[in-house]
Amino acid sequence: MKVLVAVKRVIDYNVKPRVKMDGTGVDLANVKMSMNPFDEIAVEEAIRLKEKGAATEIVAVSIGPAKAQETLRTALAMGADRAILVQTDEEVEPLAVAKILAKIAAEEQPQLVILGKQAIDDDNNATGQMLAALLGWPQGTFASKVELSDSATVTREVDGGLETVKLNLPAVVTTDLRLNEPRYASLPNIMKAKSKPLATKSPGDYGVDVARRLETLKVVEPARRQAGIKVGSVDELVEKLKGMGIAK
Amino acid sequence: MSALVLVEHDGSTIKDATLATVTAAAKLGEVHALVAGSDAAAQAAAKIAGVAKVYSANGAGLEHQLAEAVAPVAAKLMESHDSFVAPATTTGKNIAPRVAALLDVMQVSDVLSVESADTFTRPIYAGNAIATVKSNDAKKVLTVRTTAFEKAAADGGSASVEQVDAGAGDGGSSFVGLEASESERPELTSAKVIVSGGRAFGSSEQFHSLLDPLADKLGAAVGASRAAVDAGYAPNDYQVGQTGKIVAPQVYVAIGISGAIQHLAGMKDSKTIIAINKDEEAPIFQVADIGLVGDLFKIVPELTEKL
Repeated sequence: MKVLVAVKRVIDYNVKPRVKMDGTGVDLANVKMSMNPFDEIAVEEAIRLKEKGAATEIVAVSIGPAKAQETLRTALAMGADRAILVQTDEEVEPLAVAKILAKIAAEEQPQLVILGKQAIDDDNNATGQMLAALLGWPQGTFASKVELSDSATVTREVDGGLETVKLNLPAVVTTDLRLNEPRYASLPNIMKAKSKPLATKSPGDYGVDVARRLETLKVVEPARRQAGIKVGSVDELVEKLKGMGIAK
Repeated sequence: MSALVLVEHDGSTIKDATLATVTAAAKLGEVHALVAGSDAAAQAAAKIAGVAKVYSANGAGLEHQLAEAVAPVAAKLMESHDSFVAPATTTGKNIAPRVAALLDVMQVSDVLSVESADTFTRPIYAGNAIATVKSNDAKKVLTVRTTAFEKAAADGGSASVEQVDAGAGDGGSSFVGLEASESERPELTSAKVIVSGGRAFGSSEQFHSLLDPLADKLGAAVGASRAAVDAGYAPNDYQVGQTGKIVAPQVYVAIGISGAIQHLAGMKDSKTIIAINKDEEAPIFQVADIGLVGDLFKIVPELTEKL
């Protein structure tokens, strides 16, 4: 069976984002960009399914600028078989991403689509659920374990613990942090990835309008907390807690 | 104008997250509530101050609030509502985008404030930036950060309860089980005091043997950094941070937590932050109101004893 994996090029996890002085957004000029960490987990999960014999082909998809090719090459180097870049310089919202992915799913007919649960730039946590709705497929969000047979059994990280659901295939799964630990691509695999097929398309090829529904009016830094005081001993800390009425 | 709130419940009682969601929704119009899969919770929702009407939906999949079952019911009700408002909990985040896609609406996630009927603020980049966004969709779908809104009173309302057709559709998913975290302590997202531990605890045994007695003394909930959860010291639902729980208690005590931006994103709105760390350069001290530099293995037992 075929697995589709969606990946996004985002600011690197270790970079502290800086808000632009003019309040129009976050400054991404000359900032290190990487694959969204949750999407790395999605790619890794697809590869593990293939290694176990549960999946036969992995198609990685990214929607973004020309440079998102690098992100797709990373996915290919990790072990995806081929890639599709839907190239656009627009900032595409989850709803439009989901529409494009739904069209690709209709073409490719995967049994499973795996996505990160959220991108660490816009923090929406929406694309996977929207894709599942558009396709009319079941969804296993925030997955910490995925088992495939003729259905998918997905363990989900929820507020009260761990919930397990059974999904008919085809289905959409979104990854949480503890699903797996993504591998690093080896140098030979990075070289090999350069010759794997990568098709370039545009949103228009799928008939999807990527015009934004949410208009960003301004972006500001959050109110900063002032650093407070240091106390020198546990006794002083206890006094402070008593002062706050937290301790008796 | 009317707003439909997704009620989060455990089968009988309403979760606190719902109450904050009602407050946010009230800024958008008359508040109606959708309760999936529990008549008892529907009765409780009818008592929430400010709720004018409750829709109670029962049927396959709804008792476990599966997104595949709840979303079509909500989408149908949205024919007569202007906005859909869900708490940004794992339940709300699972269901709301599915509703949004069925309505062809772009969701506004994790709303911090309602500026007007179509304009909202929300955190992006792990809370390192706050965006003001205007939704150009005719209907709105929001998830709200529940710590950013006061809780509506759980009593005082007397809404009518209307049964709604749950539809027949099998959404292709079924509930298998819930491995619930058992705890006598308050829930993280509604606790007044939280003590939270990091990787510095070194093991699950030390995490619990040191933190649990302190939490008991303070009547606190126990949280953890991502590093501590990844290391297996604490279960997943203890995680506070960008991708875990967002908390804003009266007092947050961070012990052995260095203060990665992803962790700060989850707790920096706490009223008072207390940090205990052996590294005086740790970033956590930049946000802490009260800091104590030292070895947690000495400090925590001493603190527990002296409280």
